Amino acid sequence: MTDSWRQPRRLLLLALGSMVVLFLMAPTLVVVPMSFTASNALTFPPEGFSTRWYEKMLTDPQWSAGFVNSAKVALLTSIFATVLGSLAALGTVRGRFPGRGAVNALVLSPLIVPLIIIAIGMFSLFVRWKITGSIVGLVIAHTALAVPFVVINVATSLRTIDRNLELAAMSLGASPVRTFQRVTLPMILPGVLAGALFAFITSWDEVVVSIFLTTARFRTLPVEMWEQVRQVVDPTVAAVSTTLLAVTTTILLLALVARRQAPVR
Amino acid sequence: MRQARLTAERSGRRLGGGPIINRWALLAVPAIVFLIAFFLAPLVAVSLRSVTEFPKPTTDIFANYERFAASASNVRVLANTFWVAVLSTVVCLALGYPYAYLMNIVRPRIAGLLLIAVLLPFWSSLLVRTYAWQVILRDTGIINTFLLDMHWVEEPLPLIRTTLGVMLGMSQILLPFMVLPLYASMRRIDPELTKAAANLGARPFTAFRRVFLPLSMPGVLAGSLLVFVLALGFYITPALLGSPKDTMISQFIASAVQQRLDWGIASTMGVILLALALIVLFVASRFVRLRDVYGSLEES
Repeated sequence: MTDSWRQPRRLLLLALGSMVVLFLMAPTLVVVPMSFTASNALTFPPEGFSTRWYEKMLTDPQWSAGFVNSAKVALLTSIFATVLGSLAALGTVRGRFPGRGAVNALVLSPLIVPLIIIAIGMFSLFVRWKITGSIVGLVIAHTALAVPFVVINVATSLRTIDRNLELAAMSLGASPVRTFQRVTLPMILPGVLAGALFAFITSWDEVVVSIFLTTARFRTLPVEMWEQVRQVVDPTVAAVSTTLLAVTTTILLLALVARRQAPVR
Repeated sequence: MRQARLTAERSGRRLGGGPIINRWALLAVPAIVFLIAFFLAPLVAVSLRSVTEFPKPTTDIFANYERFAASASNVRVLANTFWVAVLSTVVCLALGYPYAYLMNIVRPRIAGLLLIAVLLPFWSSLLVRTYAWQVILRDTGIINTFLLDMHWVEEPLPLIRTTLGVMLGMSQILLPFMVLPLYASMRRIDPELTKAAANLGARPFTAFRRVFLPLSMPGVLAGSLLVFVLALGFYITPALLGSPKDTMISQFIASAVQQRLDWGIASTMGVILLALALIVLFVASRFVRLRDVYGSLEES
């Protein structure tokens, strides 16, 4: 196809592509060097090098509490969403029942319903159930938001595995349980793992619903950041941003590696 | 218990003929129950509040909706939201189509890198990205500092607290939702078809316009509708990068709940926003498969 391309047109496309890459990556990349600035203001390029804003983040009780809360909520969310989502994927891909389309829509709908409606809806019910401002309410909320990512990942692996391998195992005398444990599960495991990691990121970065379900006594890192970003202009927020990004990026790369382990279609 | 579940498939077959339900289906039950209780119930609760909670006692259950329509500023928020969503969609399509096209024609390794450039921001915090735009755009931010230092401008340019700022932030966040379905649909186009058009004497641009472009339309529709629906619900980005003039529905709802404690109007706006999103999605469901979007993560 390349040969039918006239040079200027190709160059134009490449230039535009590079601009888009810059547009997509630059904003986040700008924050990283700024978090290491030695000055009190967010100047670019940063003046000097220091880790003082990271020290401030770790010694400030509010920021460090936010960090711990975020990690706890994301870990629990990841566990619950993976269990619920993997089962739901098995149920909707392998299961046969009337209303399967509706169930699929229900399971995926948290991706598309505007977050603010989910937020005020959960807030108004969770207040009544007295689970706002606690880890319980937040884990429940984040699990609902994260389930679709697990379902998509596990369902994709389920659809791509070769079912003849399961039939072969069964015809060689393996019980259904053993077939699942030794054949099916290992084949879908990369999908389950990727789903768990995406669920973790979903919770780790979630802010809109969390704003409504947390209180000053119990905040996650993004909520703390939301509260501070509108008042303080101090590079600690850049340090917090870099920390959030570092965790997300690491987990995303792990998830992409996990997906690569998926059996070849 | 697992044994029972795993014999599901066989028992499904044992029913003979075409079984209506098999036991694998049971595995979906926990998620269904969980989502009905903690996701659907809250949405229903909001909808109910819009017809049961009023600032003044009334027998007219649509009082909140009338109150909404009677206020010009409320309608303006709705119109602005719609307008910003349209603009974001156009910007994302203008940037996303050539980008996806480029991904489709370069060598696989480079396509992989271009995909990573989309996926990394896609999965990184929306709040962090909005904050980054704030740092870049504000009066003492990167762009203005540079322009002032170079003496190209006398006063900082108004970049933050403008519609331009909101558009930049939102397009950057929404662009992956455009690129991923576009790329997925372009990959499904047989390259031989454009070659055939060229062999039959079509010039490159004609081959593109008459063959490639029509075949990529499912991706264009999928991406555009997805970006549009997601843009309708934006909250953080317009709140941090826009002016009060740029208020979108989500900000309106949040401040109605948090500051004015007016649940009636907040839930009414919520129902309108939800209805808008569902209508667009209903139309979209003919072209879009959500799985195409997230499934394209697979291709990296």
